[in-house]
Parts: sequence; C-alpha cells; structure tokens
Amino acid sequence: MRFLFSLLILASLLSYSSCDDDGGGSSTDNFDRAAMLLSWADQVILPAYADFLEKSSELQTSAQALFDEPDATTLAALKSSFAEAYLGWQSISLFQIGPAEQVGLREQVNAYPTNTDGIEANMQSGSYNFELPSQRSRQGFPALDYLLYGSAADETAVLDRIVNEAALREYILATSERIHQLVSTVRETWVSSYRQEFVSLSDNTATSSVNRMTNDYVFYYEKFLRAGKVGIPAGIFSGTPLPGHVEALYNKALGKQLLLAALESAQGFFNGLDNSGVAHGNGFTDYLDFLNTVKDGADLSQLINTQFEAARQAINNLDDDLSDQVREDNLLMLTAYDELQRNVVLIKVDMLQAFNISVDFVDADGD
Amino acid sequence: MQEPLDAAPLAFFRIGFGLMMVFAVLRFWLNGWIESLYLEPSFHFSYFGFSWVNVPPAWGTYGLFVLCGLSAFSLALGYRTRWSALSLFLSFTYIELLDKTTYLNHYYFVSIIAFLLIWLPAGRYFSIDATRCGERARQFVPRYTIGALRLMVGIVYCYAGLAKLNSDWLLEAMPLKIWLMPKSELPLIGSWLQLEWVHYAFSWAGTAFDLCIPFLLLWAPSRIWAYLAVVVFHVLTRVLFPIGIFPFVMILAAAVYFPADTQRKWLKRLSHLLAKPQWLTANKLLWRPRRPNLLAIMLSCFFLIQLLFPFRYLLKPGELFWHEDGYRFSWRVMLMEKAGYANFKIVDPDTGQRFYVDNSSFLTPFQEKQMATQTDFIVEYAHYLEQHYQEQGIAQPEIYVESYVALNGRQSQLYVNPDIDLTKVDRTFAPADLLLPFGDTIGGL
Repeated sequence: MRFLFSLLILASLLSYSSCDDDGGGSSTDNFDRAAMLLSWADQVILPAYADFLEKSSELQTSAQALFDEPDATTLAALKSSFAEAYLGWQSISLFQIGPAEQVGLREQVNAYPTNTDGIEANMQSGSYNFELPSQRSRQGFPALDYLLYGSAADETAVLDRIVNEAALREYILATSERIHQLVSTVRETWVSSYRQEFVSLSDNTATSSVNRMTNDYVFYYEKFLRAGKVGIPAGIFSGTPLPGHVEALYNKALGKQLLLAALESAQGFFNGLDNSGVAHGNGFTDYLDFLNTVKDGADLSQLINTQFEAARQAINNLDDDLSDQVREDNLLMLTAYDELQRNVVLIKVDMLQAFNISVDFVDADGD
Repeated sequence: MQEPLDAAPLAFFRIGFGLMMVFAVLRFWLNGWIESLYLEPSFHFSYFGFSWVNVPPAWGTYGLFVLCGLSAFSLALGYRTRWSALSLFLSFTYIELLDKTTYLNHYYFVSIIAFLLIWLPAGRYFSIDATRCGERARQFVPRYTIGALRLMVGIVYCYAGLAKLNSDWLLEAMPLKIWLMPKSELPLIGSWLQLEWVHYAFSWAGTAFDLCIPFLLLWAPSRIWAYLAVVVFHVLTRVLFPIGIFPFVMILAAAVYFPADTQRKWLKRLSHLLAKPQWLTANKLLWRPRRPNLLAIMLSCFFLIQLLFPFRYLLKPGELFWHEDGYRFSWRVMLMEKAGYANFKIVDPDTGQRFYVDNSSFLTPFQEKQMATQTDFIVEYAHYLEQHYQEQGIAQPEIYVESYVALNGRQSQLYVNPDIDLTKVDRTFAPADLLLPFGDTIGGL
C-alpha cells in the first residue's frame, strides 16, 4: 500500500516537472538522438548500400560477360569492376548491424586471407554451398582476388586458365553473384523492416541503435581497420610479420587504396558524411560538440579528426602493395599502425565516455 | 540500548531481505549471468588473499546458487534462522569472491547484512522457528539489536554522502553530467536532463540526501516524508541507471527505521492476510543473548571496522579515484566515471620478438572493461599472461602495458608506467611509481 502510494506520488511529481518543462521550451537545448538515427539510416547507410549495389551489379554483369566470352577484354573489364566494387565495399563494411550482422555479411564478403586450396578443391568438385560456415573463406572479394590475379604464375597464365577452365569462370561468376545477392538481401531487409526498428530505438540502453551502432563502429575500427588491414600483416599480434595476411594480396596494386578508402569511410561516418562527402550535421562529431558545450572539456572531435589525418599521412607513405611493404620495410607499416592505434584510445575511451556508452554486450548491473 | 522493543522490525527486515535475495538469485540465473560471468570466462580476477576461491565445475556453481537461494528462502521463513543466515552469508560471499570483476557495493551490503543476521535474534518472532518450538519465541528484543541494523543502513547512506564531498561531484557536477546527458530520450524527464543546472541540482541533492536521510528517518516528525524521499530517490536512480535491484534493497532496508509498533501492525496485517494469526508472536518474553559479552565484543568490533575501513585510503598517497586503492568496500556508490584501454606487449628477451595481446582471447568484454581502469586487475592479468606465454615456450617473457584512462570526462592519459615490466611487479605490494601521476587534483574527501 505504502509503496503504491509512494509510486503514485513519484509519478505525479515526474509528470508535473515535465509539463513545466515543455512550457519552458528548453527542448532546443537537446541533441536529437532520434534525428541522428534517421540521418544515419536515410542519408548515410541506405544510400551507401544503394551505391554499392550498383557496383556489385556491374561486377556480376562483367563476370557474366567473361563467362560467356572469355578473353583479355572481358577479363580487363571484370578486373576494373572488381576494383570498383572492392573499393565500394569499404564504405559499407562498417555497418555490420541488424541484417548484416545476422547474415554475417562481412565474414562472407571479405574474409582474408582466402583459402586458396579450398577454392581449388571447390572448383575441382564443382559442388559447393556458399552458405556453409566452412565456405566463408572460399568466397567474396578475397576469393575473386585470388581467381583474377593469383590463380596462376602470371597475368597471361591466369588468362589462359580462365579461357580454358569453365569451372574457374563459373566460380568467378558464382562468387560475384553471391556478393551481390548477399548485399541485396541485407538492403531489402533494411528497407522492409529493419530501418523502422533502427530509427525507433533512440534511447541510451545497451540494445538501442545509437549504442549498438557506436559499438559496432568502434569494433570495426579496432578489429577490422586497425588490426585486420594493418596490424596483423605487420606482425603486431604474432611477433613476426605476416605479409600473406594483407587485403588484396594477389592484386598487389589495390591494398593501400582499400585501406585509404576504409579510413575515409570511418572518418566520414564519424563526421556524419554521406557517400558523396556531404555533411548532414548528425555525426559523432556533432554529438561530441554538443556534449562538449555542456561539459566544457577538450575538443575531442577535433583531436580525433587530427588523428585521422595523421593516420592518413602515415598510410600515404606506404607502398601500393602492402604485402611488399611488410616484407621490405615493415617499420612504415608499424608507424601507420601506431597512428591508427592512437585513435582507438580517443574513440574507445574518450568518445565512449562522453556518450556514456559502455562496451558491447556488457550485460550486468552497476552501482 | 537495553530497552525492550517489540521484535517486529527484525522479523520484517528478515522476511523482506530473504525474499529479496530469492528474487535476486532467480534474476541472476534467468539473466544467464551464472554462465556469462562465472562459467564462460577462462580466467577470473581474485581478491587479495582469496585466490584459493575458484569457480567450481558447472554443477557446483549452479549448486552454489541453489544453496544461496534456498538459504535466503528459509531465512525469510525463519526456519533454522541462524543457520540459514550463516549459509546465505557463506554461499553468497563465496560467489562474490569468485571474481572481483563483478564487485558491486550492494553485493557487499548483502554479505554484511547476512553476516549481521547470524548474530541478531531475527528468528524468534513471526517465524517457523518461533511457531515450531514455541518456547523459543520472543516478542521483545533489546533495542540495540534493531539499532544494529539501523546503524548499518545509516553508515551506508552517510558514507556514500561523505564520498560525494569532492570537487568533481559538487563543483563540476561530474560524473552526473556525463550520465544524464545521453538520457534525452527518456519519457517526461529526458529533455530536462540536458540542462546544466539540473546536473548540479542532482549532484547537490544527492549529497544532501545521503548525508541527512538516516537522521531524518530517525526523527519521528520527518520520518514519513524522509521515507517517501527514499522511495523517490531510489526509483529515480533505477530509471536513470542500470543498477539492478539495489534501489529496492535500499527501499526495503530503510524501512527498518519505522518504529517497532508500526512494524508490528504491518506483520499483524500480514498474518491475517495469510490466515495465520498465531504467527504474530505475542508472549511478552524478552530475548537475552546467551553470551552477552561475546555479542557485545562482536558487534563493537564489527562496527568499529565498518566505521574505519572506508577511510583506509588515507594511508595511501595520491588520488583515490586514480589508483583506487581503498575504493571498494567503502560505499563509494555511483561516484565516478572511469573508462580505460589497456594494450599488453609481450617481449621475449631471448629472441627480441615482441607482439601485442588480443585481450578478447583471454577476457570477456566485461572483464576487459574492469581490468583497464584498475591497477590490481592489470597486474594480476599480466601475471596470468606471463604464465600463459611461459607455457607457450617463452621462458622469461617481459610484459609491458600501454594503458589509457579517462576519469570523469577528463581527456584520457597514460595510466600505468609503460616502461615497467609487470612480471616483476608484486601483486600485493605494487611500487609507488607503477602508476603515472594523475595530472589533476580532486579536492575533498
């Protein structure tokens, strides 16, 4: 009884104060987290998927053309669509949330180093089911990279294989189609249902979209950009450099470009930019700036952007072929890693503290 | 102190506390925390002196929770009350000692209260013990037995209030500023929580509440209003922060301040509700301790420790929030916001090989989070890594950590001295230069 009574009093107190507040018009002081989610979904993420799908559709078409008519021209065309699509992938890779997380998009589209023996075995047998977890490292861009650039001793030998082996052309086609189909499904699910869920969860709980997207962003930056693309090949976690673990190992010219594209996407999302570089005022940077007007601390968004620039500088010093870079002069690779690493601290510690977001899946009480 | 009082407050407290603990154990189980906090991690952080407490195999761990839940239930019923309290105290404390990652002040509170109930005559009134063997039933107890619980609850509030008397809390409204700002989407109060004066109001009101509430609960004219404030305060903290059942534990615990006669009326109503009017003990007998001197010494020592232990941080130079030596077990509740990042470097001096550790291969995200901001965790983890890499064939690994910590919204800075080989650092007596200095001062207690 007493508890019920007290709760009633509390509820009325709370509602009274809020009525009072609505009249005061203080809501202009609010950062609108719901608007931020709307902007992320409609201005950043969905357009990025649409852009990518154009490229993956192009990739599919080129793969079909090569399959029908294998020659130097169709191969060159496919290689160019491959590079375009692989670069495009870097701007959606960081959105591993919702349907992308459910299907394990990143693990299927871009797991490297690719399993070349497995790919050869698949081609040999002619039967493979890309849906199986065991097939994750036998498909996606790294598989195409191998097939188009590394499946024989040199460029002419690769062309020979492609012309002579229908199974190889079929594998290229199947892999290209698989990429397009996976991303299409993810986008369709976004449009048909997930977008609604995403934009509606704007509160500050472990399962809300702001918190999850932020965690996914940090996770991507730390594990896939910093470690996957630079740290692991440079031997940060193994003690010895692993030049075979770079992205686009066989293409040789694309590695650094992919890394730069990934960095640009990461910085772009941080600044609330869409795919064409237009700022919509709803990025992490804007939220940080808003919080800072109250908190009055260091200008964190500027620190992070400066650090992004420093990382870009360090990456610009690298060779186009990152594998070569690791073998010839790993020190530069380590320097690039250090610059990327500095932003992990700023993003994961300072930014998450400012947002009051705790690290992913920590589901326990505090006090 | 010796004045006889109706024992209703002890019985009401016992019943409420027992049931609350049954609920807490069930909630813990159903949330899957037995698995995720105890069975899944391959490594656990242990308290100083308690490294012998190990996680039993799955059936044993679940058994521990079953024991804990059953003890709480039989405590609520007042069945073999002291043994139940003892069993609850031991099982619950053992669970808490398994991994200090999960340390919470209210878990400590639960252990303390269970311990007190071993000594207090909580089972002589409105209990199975009292109805089963009627000659043991006692309607009255000396005032100090109820006073002990009131004092304990009062210490929790007062010490939590004293801890808030620091410049970050009062002058910067930190960390409440950080915690309240992102709550903009809360219905009704969300937009309000964006206002700076609200952060200050919450900080100051919270401090005043903690410092005054035990006294306002003691003083009859203010009691009902103070209790209402307790309910409002704790419900509000429940809405704002992920603090589990703590608010409800405290709402219940603060009820101990209501007068004995009032609580007797509650229990009378309860006995009618349950159609067991005979449960309401009414034999006018007064409980006396069998060994009064022992009890007096025990309670005096207990409260002396309770009063002094939270101040042990004064023995350690430097900023408490930074080194956290003496932070736990001192009612520093929701007091600071600390985030960190620790990157461990393994060096093999024989080969010159060096590499970094992926913490997620050894720790859960929760453990990693706690480890990154607390020195004792960092050193313990480094020793675990040393052992691991020795098994991997590095005879004498050197282990260094690059760690950054951000405290109460300050920019992150280097935390542990990155040049110290942690394998050489003793777990119990860490050298003074292990931590880099905190480049700021926080005034106050």
